[in-house]
Amino acid sequence: MTLDQLPLGTPARIASVDWSTLVAEEAQRLQALGLDAGARVTLAYRGVFAGRDPLAVEIGRMTVALRRVHARAMTVEPIIETARA
Amino acid sequence: MSRMPIVAALVGNPNAGKSALFNALTGARQKIANYPGVTVERKAGRLILPTGEPVELVDLPGSYGLGSTSPDEEVTRKVIMGEQTGQAQPDVIVLVLDSSNLEQHLVFAQEVIELGRPTVVALNMVDLAERDGLVIDPAALQAALGVPVVATVAVRRRGLAELGAAIGEARDRAQAHELTPRPHVTLPERRMLAHEIANAAIISETAKHRIHAKLDKALLHPWAGPPILFALLFVVFQAVFTWATPFADGLEAIVGSLGDLVKATLTDSLFRDLITDGIIAGVGSVVVFLPQIVILFFFILTMEATGYMARAAFLMDRMMAGVGLSGRSFIPLLSSFACAIPGIMATRSITDPKDRLTTILIAPMMTCSARLPVYAVIIAAFIPNDKVGPGIGLQGLVLFALYVAGIVGAMLVALVLRRSVTKGAASGFIMELPKYQMPTVKDLAIGLWQRVWIFLRRAGTMIFTVTIALWILLNFPRAEPGQDQINASVAGTLANGLAVVLEPIGFNRDMSLAIIPAMAAREVAVSSLATTYAVSASDDEDAQAMALGDQLKSRWTLPMALSFLAWFVFAPQCLSTIAVARRETNGWKWPAFMLAYLFALAYLASFATFWTATALGLG
Repeated sequence: MTLDQLPLGTPARIASVDWSTLVAEEAQRLQALGLDAGARVTLAYRGVFAGRDPLAVEIGRMTVALRRVHARAMTVEPIIETARA
Repeated sequence: MSRMPIVAALVGNPNAGKSALFNALTGARQKIANYPGVTVERKAGRLILPTGEPVELVDLPGSYGLGSTSPDEEVTRKVIMGEQTGQAQPDVIVLVLDSSNLEQHLVFAQEVIELGRPTVVALNMVDLAERDGLVIDPAALQAALGVPVVATVAVRRRGLAELGAAIGEARDRAQAHELTPRPHVTLPERRMLAHEIANAAIISETAKHRIHAKLDKALLHPWAGPPILFALLFVVFQAVFTWATPFADGLEAIVGSLGDLVKATLTDSLFRDLITDGIIAGVGSVVVFLPQIVILFFFILTMEATGYMARAAFLMDRMMAGVGLSGRSFIPLLSSFACAIPGIMATRSITDPKDRLTTILIAPMMTCSARLPVYAVIIAAFIPNDKVGPGIGLQGLVLFALYVAGIVGAMLVALVLRRSVTKGAASGFIMELPKYQMPTVKDLAIGLWQRVWIFLRRAGTMIFTVTIALWILLNFPRAEPGQDQINASVAGTLANGLAVVLEPIGFNRDMSLAIIPAMAAREVAVSSLATTYAVSASDDEDAQAMALGDQLKSRWTLPMALSFLAWFVFAPQCLSTIAVARRETNGWKWPAFMLAYLFALAYLASFATFWTATALGLG
C-alpha cells in the first residue's frame, strides 16, 4: 500500500521510498522533513477537490502538506497498535 | 578595553519561533534591508548584554539543512559559513529549537553544531510544549549536544537574560580556545541520533491533547475549510472599507484644516498655491488612506502569525494546481495584496524556477494597497452607499469585485503562461504546516509599524516629489487670460496627446493626466487628480471648496469611472515593482514582457467596461 491509499488517522511506518520517481529537489526537501524509510506517519487530511489533493501527513509532532505524487512514491505498512501498559 | 560588538545569528528550522525571539531580544531596535545582490531580507537588531556589551543580532531565514534547496536557505548557509558578502561571519550561532518539535529540529541542529562554531541553543516555546503535555530537561539536552542550552519563551520574555549571558560566554570561550569541527555524520545517522537525544531529554509526555489538531479538523475540513477561508477574506475586505472610515474622515478633516490654515496665514501667491494645491492636497490625499492600509496589513500579519496562512496555502493548492502553480505561490500572491514588492521577494521560497517566474509575472495583478486610494476615492464618489444585505454594503461589494477581477485575471494569465512561455513540469507542493499560535501584540505592532513607516516614507519622499513636479508642470507656462490653465501647461499638452489614444476607453484629459505620474506609484493618481482639480479650480471659490469626490462626480460619468477602475486592476503602474521584477529575473526581458501584457490587458478591460456600461445606459 502506498501512503496516498492509507486510511485517514491510521498510524503507519514508511517501508520504502521510490526516490527515482521524484524531482531531486523535492526528494531532498522530503528527506529534510524526515519523510524517509522508517518514519512513522499518519495521514491527517485530504483535499476535497478533484484528485483529493493535496494531503497532510503527521510525522512526529509536525504536520506536512504534500501532493499525491509524493505520497504515491512511499510504500507504507500500517502499524497494529498493541495495548500498552 | 573597547571591543567590537559581538555578531550573533539566529539559526533554525522554519517555524522555530526565530522571529518572535528576535523581536523579544531586540525590541524595536531593528533594521531591515536586503543582502547585497539578492532580495532576501536581512533583519538585524541590537541588544545589550547584562555586562553592558553590545551584540549585533541577525535573524536568518529558516532552513531545514545546509544543503540548500531555495535562495533564502542559500543565504542562511552562506552567512553561517562566512561566505555572504556584506555580512561578517557570526561570532556566535544561536540555534533556535522548537521544544514541541524537538526531534525534527535536532536534525538540522546537529548539522550546525558539527561545524564547531561557537553555538548556543535556545530551547524555544517551552510553554507550548508544556501545553502539549511535554516536559523537557534542558540539562540532559546540553549534555547530549555539548553546547549550552537555555530554555526560552520569547513571547513571555522568559530566559532572555540567560540567553544573552550565554552568547557572551560562548564568545569569550571561543576566544580562549581553538575551534574544532566535529566528525561528520550522515543524514540517516543524524536522524537516529536526534531520535535518541530527544527521547533522553523528554522527561514526560502525556497523551497528546493538541489544540491545533482540533482547529485543523475544522479549518482543513474538506467541505468546511474553503468556505471558511473565503468568508474570512470577504470579512477582511469589508473591514478595510468600513472600519477605516471614521479614521480616514478624521485625517481628511485634519488635512483640510491644514490647507485652510496655510491659506489664512500666507498671502495669495503662487508659492501659497504650491503648498496648498501641490503639497497638502497631493500628499494629504494619499496619507488619508493610512487607516485602510493598517487594517489590511493587520489581517495579513495576523494570518501569518497564527499559522493560518499555511493552511490557506494548503486549501488553495488544488486550485493553484489547476493553473499549473502550487499552494506555495498562494503566500507570495496573498502578500501582494498588501504590496507586490514583498510578494515578489517572497517567491524566493519557491523551488521550481518556472513556477517562481510565473508567480512573479502575475503578482502585480493582485490588488495591492497602493490601489486602495484609487479604488476608494472612485467608489466613494460613484457607487451609492446602499445596503444589499445584512452587513454587506454595495461599496464593499464593488471593492470585492475588483479584487476578484484581479485574481481571476491572474489565474487565467497563469494558465496561459504555464502552457506557453513558462512551460515546464508540473510543480510540487511540500510544506510544513506550523502549529497554531496566538499572535503577540508586540510582534504585530512591530510588523505594522514597519509597514506604516514604509508607507509614510513613500508619501513623504516619492509622492511628495512627484506631486511637486506635477504641480510645476501644471502651472507652467501660465495661461493667457481666458485660457484654461491645464490646457496651457506642459502636463496638459502631454495629457491631451495621450488622451487621443485613451479616448476609446473613455478616458478624458484629466484621467490621462493622472496615469502619467501614477507610473511612479498608483496612489499618485489620486494626488494628481486632487492637484489637477485644485489648480483648475483655483479661480473658482465654490469649486475649490468641493472635496475631491464631488469634483470627480461633477466631471466624470459612471462608465468613465468604471473604466478607470478597470484600468487600475491590470495596469502595471509601479516603477518599484518593475525594478524588483528586473532584479529577481536578472534582466529586462521578463519585466518588459510583464509591462506589455499588463498594459494590453488594462486597455482591453477598460475598453470592454466602458462600452458595456455605456450600452447598459449607466451614463
